Amino acid sequence: MNKEIKPKRRDFLFTATYTIGAVGIAAAIWPLVDQMNPDSSVKALSTTEVDISGVEQGKTITVLWRGKPIFIRRRTKNEIDEAAAVDLQDLKDPEKDSDRAKNPEWLVMVGVCTHLGCVPLGDKGEYKAWFCPCHGSHYDSSGRIRKGPAPKNLEIPKYEFVDNNTIKIG
Amino acid sequence: MSEEKYIPKSKLAQWFDSRLPLLTLSHHLKEYPTPKNLNYWWTFGGILTFCLITQIITGLVLAMHYVAHVDHAFDSIEHIMRNVNYGWLIRYVHANGASMFFLAVYIHIFRSLFYGSYKSPREVIWIIGLIIYILMMATAFMGYVLPWGQMSFWGATVITNLFSAIPFIGESITTWLWGGYSVDNPTLNRFYSLHYLLPFLTFGLVILHIWALHVPGNNNPIGIDVKKNSNETMPFHPYMVMKDITALLVFIIIFLWFVFFAPNALGHPDNYIEANPLVTPSHIVPEWYLLPFYAILRAIPSKLGGVIFMFAAIFILMLLPWLDTSKVRSAIFRPIYKKFFWVLVFTVILLGYLGAKPPEGIYLILSRLATFYYFFHFLILLPVLGRYEKTDPLPMSISDPVLDKPGTFDKFKKVASKYEGENVSSFK
Repeated sequence: MNKEIKPKRRDFLFTATYTIGAVGIAAAIWPLVDQMNPDSSVKALSTTEVDISGVEQGKTITVLWRGKPIFIRRRTKNEIDEAAAVDLQDLKDPEKDSDRAKNPEWLVMVGVCTHLGCVPLGDKGEYKAWFCPCHGSHYDSSGRIRKGPAPKNLEIPKYEFVDNNTIKIG
Repeated sequence: MSEEKYIPKSKLAQWFDSRLPLLTLSHHLKEYPTPKNLNYWWTFGGILTFCLITQIITGLVLAMHYVAHVDHAFDSIEHIMRNVNYGWLIRYVHANGASMFFLAVYIHIFRSLFYGSYKSPREVIWIIGLIIYILMMATAFMGYVLPWGQMSFWGATVITNLFSAIPFIGESITTWLWGGYSVDNPTLNRFYSLHYLLPFLTFGLVILHIWALHVPGNNNPIGIDVKKNSNETMPFHPYMVMKDITALLVFIIIFLWFVFFAPNALGHPDNYIEANPLVTPSHIVPEWYLLPFYAILRAIPSKLGGVIFMFAAIFILMLLPWLDTSKVRSAIFRPIYKKFFWVLVFTVILLGYLGAKPPEGIYLILSRLATFYYFFHFLILLPVLGRYEKTDPLPMSISDPVLDKPGTFDKFKKVASKYEGENVSSFK
């Protein structure tokens, strides 16, 4: 009985052939899939430098990075204190303001509502900060979600201060 | 077909199959009886299907990155080559795929010519095949225009100007083809649209081609009718499928050799220069697979005449089943036709060579001689040969040429008995 169940030479050859065939087909399909990923010319645009010397306190500028708006706000003393004073227990997505702004005066965020991708309006909503008109999400002066359907705070992109007047995003 | 009626096993399958007989179709394709003596020249149908699907898939992908506009087309090709992930690979497969497609189709056509596959009852298969071939040429030509290089532009200019040879209305036809007074943005846009459309028409015709094939069944190297579902045929799967795959793998190796080691060997370097309507390259040549017809075009010393002869060279093939009056299909049994078949192969290759040379001196003389022979072969030789050629006697069965060789059957018996170890007389 056992002898008959033992795989034969031909079974081995079949399995080996199918395996090599499957690997070959997968290798041929991968370029066809990968070509839809961002190409090198898109990746080359992944950093943007912004001159912030002209931005006054209480003003926001919006720049384009990777096709998305980036809010750069020079916050007032009042806004900074307000953001720092919030009890983390009140937040849907708890995050300290100091973790969100490298320099408390400058808030840099991706201006895309974390609900379904609309661009929130500035100086609006219950917290007099950001408000998304699409489905009514309210964000505070640190860009944290306080009320409405959005699940997360406004995203903070990777950025750094190149010097006092320049931010490099990405 | 002569197969017994197929009934699926499960109730659900029966329910579905009685409403849409896909299972019956797949059963038919699997069991389709093929002559057991088909040789490797018969694997090119499968290879061509592979080529068409490869062109459609890679083309679909290239269309995601290509921009059909005179200001962006050339740059978008360079973008594909340099920026898009694996774009270089996909484009080289598509460009060389066109050449490989034509290589395979020429072998497929000459196979048909050698073994008389175009003869009754397979005339419709032959004619559909020729329409596919004409569509392929149109598609390839328009595809070559899309990169908007110098050869694209001037090739398009020359080919579209062929139509201006038509008396009275020629001028308006070219203007209509161009959508302007020269090859320009509207021309590029419509070529792109048609280049995208035609492969799908081709695909539909391929289905008709195979459908028409499955009515009489395959011709075979001996060229005599086989009895279906007898010991002269074998089911398509797995026998022909395995043979087709074996040939396909060899074909793919050659294909990929071009893609990886000589991707531009079959192209023209001038097409890496952006199209310039003010400067014509010193020597314009079409892609290699169109060269024989290009040579015929230039061999005739008249604008209209050249165009007529060039198109006639293609359309004359449509009449071939009636021009060839011989009842014997395979050239194996036609000693004289067999020689002239090779003369025709040589003539077509010679025309291809001459198409790439400047039309002057000896090249022009040879082009004229070759063009003359091409038409002589089809219009005079084949009708006459069918009447007067003394053909060799045809075997009664496709098995006979193998089994009748002295000692073959004994050898076969010896080999078979080694595996079976018992009575093998039932094999014959």
